[in-house]
Amino acid sequence: MSQRPLAATGAHVHSSPAAEPPLLSVRKLRIEFPGRRGTLVAIDDVSFDVARGEILGMVGESGAGKSLTGAAIIGLLEPPGRIAGGEILLHGEPIHSLPPAAMREIRGRRIAMIFQDPLTSLNPLFTIGQQLTETILAHLDIGLQAARRRALDLLTEVGIPAPEQRIDHYPHQFSGGMRQRVVIALALCAAPELIIADEPTTALDVSVQAQIIALLRRLCREHRTAVILVTHDMGVIAETADRVAVMYAGRLAEIGPVREVVQHPRHPYTRGLMGSIPVLGADVHRLVQIDGAMPRLNAIPTGCAFHPRCKDAFERCRLERPDLMAAGPTRAACWLYPPSPNPEPTP
Amino acid sequence: MIAFILRRLLQSTLVMLAVALVSFGLFRYIGDPIHNMVGQEATLAEREALRERLGLNDAVPVQFARFVGNALRGEFGISYRMQRPVADVIAERLPATLELALISGTAALVLGIALGVYTALRREGWLSHLIMSASLIGVSLPTFLIGILLIYVFAVELKMLPAFGRGEVVQLGGWSTGLLTASGVKSLILPSITLGLYQLTLIMRLVRAEMLEVLRTDYIKFARARGLSDRAVHFRHALKNTLLPVITIAGLQIGSIIAFAIITETVFQWPGVGLLFITAIQFVDIPVMAAYLVLIALIFVVINLIVDLLYFAVDPRLRAQRPGRGH
Ligand SMILES: Nc1ncnc2c1ncn2[C@@H]1O[C@H](COP(=O)(O)OP(=O)(O)O)[C@@H](O)[C@H]1O
Ligand code: SF4
Ligand SMILES: [Mg+2]
Repeated sequence: MSQRPLAATGAHVHSSPAAEPPLLSVRKLRIEFPGRRGTLVAIDDVSFDVARGEILGMVGESGAGKSLTGAAIIGLLEPPGRIAGGEILLHGEPIHSLPPAAMREIRGRRIAMIFQDPLTSLNPLFTIGQQLTETILAHLDIGLQAARRRALDLLTEVGIPAPEQRIDHYPHQFSGGMRQRVVIALALCAAPELIIADEPTTALDVSVQAQIIALLRRLCREHRTAVILVTHDMGVIAETADRVAVMYAGRLAEIGPVREVVQHPRHPYTRGLMGSIPVLGADVHRLVQIDGAMPRLNAIPTGCAFHPRCKDAFERCRLERPDLMAAGPTRAACWLYPPSPNPEPTP
Repeated sequence: MIAFILRRLLQSTLVMLAVALVSFGLFRYIGDPIHNMVGQEATLAEREALRERLGLNDAVPVQFARFVGNALRGEFGISYRMQRPVADVIAERLPATLELALISGTAALVLGIALGVYTALRREGWLSHLIMSASLIGVSLPTFLIGILLIYVFAVELKMLPAFGRGEVVQLGGWSTGLLTASGVKSLILPSITLGLYQLTLIMRLVRAEMLEVLRTDYIKFARARGLSDRAVHFRHALKNTLLPVITIAGLQIGSIIAFAIITETVFQWPGVGLLFITAIQFVDIPVMAAYLVLIALIFVVINLIVDLLYFAVDPRLRAQRPGRGH
């Protein structure tokens, strides 16, 4: 079995029963916020897989639930938020209900995370060398000297010039782009199998965004690290991801190989998103082309959550909630693609 | 760094000059110093001679310069009431105040930080709720009331601890300490609690609020995501950032502990400079009052300097920027 699934076949990596389980498998994930005025369901019935070395793009308007999904995977949901249903499997082993100490073994070592803002991700009172070595020592059984050497190697790898001097500098002595490189080095400390990168370039200058994405892509290819790349930038998704997951109001709207989702989106919401892909050279990459706003969590419409904004909506959309269904090479949660009435399984 | 220290020293000097001006004003404009020094039966000529001899007929700026010069040498004149040099009287009383302030300040700081961190980390625990409720008492009850309550319970009713005074003291050179005798230590307990309780609760609430704030920051989330242990996240990353703003407040609190000692020393008849000051006010003993003002100001200024230097040591962002900053 090839380590790197081709984009076109990415959707099928977990379909063969003989194959080993995927790197990450999210099954019917449900995240709730219990509150005084009832329970908010922020993530509902979200399922997807990530194969080894695969880059899964994740898109959707602000508030769609992308960050919560990432936090749940790495076990850092903030109370009162909690996983109320479903499971998260790493190599087939459930990790969503591990005791804290066991989860800490996974965090940083097998699953790492990169946040949006490199300016605030680093502790201002410690040198980057201190932060790198403490992370390395937390995961690898090596001495301080070896940890420092590894830190230097990592800094070189992420393209920090003169690492021998820079390693003893504090975060405020680096520019935003350089800080995000340091953050990436921190994520790579223990050579994790999966990195969740939550809008890693949103807070950066446009001029350095492309460099950071290129760096992330190169390192993950070299180390065969899988990535869940959350971004609003469809251009980045098109260039970087193997597959794309589109989230809407806490649910998956569509998921499939990047070329299909970008060029032939099936779900009306995805079509709206892709309509906002900029012409080459234009610099606005934002998702703005769909009329109306995403519903608030306490007012999610019945049936298809997208129906009040959908130009194609019809009777069934208001009444019945669509699950993800095969829509050509992608899968879409939309009644435009009802399962064939003939339930014969296709091989 | 050097420039920073020099700037701070200059500011401190200006503050001290301003305070000196106020205390000089006390001398000059409250009451008539001559009247305070000579008896009722002195003749007008005698008074005028004394006035001339003391330089009270010189121009005001000259007098002020002389006052500052004397103050620099620790000379504040003769106490009207005790007829002894003010410097001697204060030197005698200072150890009592400093020991009391040091003990209660250290306790307030250590306990305040520990309880603040605990209640922040165990935000929902019953013990945290209990501590937080109890701390309301500390902030809302006036100091003298706490003192009187403590005296009533532990001295009058339980007869465990003395109600007033410093107990037996031992002379170590020029320093009289109560820390070496059982009665001295026992005597310290109630005044220390009285003096430190307010600061303790204040520091605790500050640390708790600051810690909760820090725990919400991105770098703490990222530290967790890196797989660091809770201990490293809480006590290495969060605590250091929490204590940064606490340094300033704590410094000011230590300063005000010495200033607030007036009330505690009065309640417990503690023979320190605070009590000295209160008595001086009753007797309009201007030299003592002036010296006390200058002393308290000096303590505040020194503490402020230490706080600034500490900040400098802890926060790399304040240190001289090295080359290589930026891209
Ligand atoms: N602590 C919380 N309490 C209630 N709702 C929350 C909380 N945190 C996040 N949410 C809700 O969960 C939804 C998803 O948030 P998030 O995952 O951050 O969105 P995204 O990253 O896609 O922009 C949002 O509607 C947000 O309002
Ligand atoms: S299910 Fe209906 S409302 Fe929802 S996206 Fe499809 S067509 Fe639109
Ligand atoms: Mg987000």
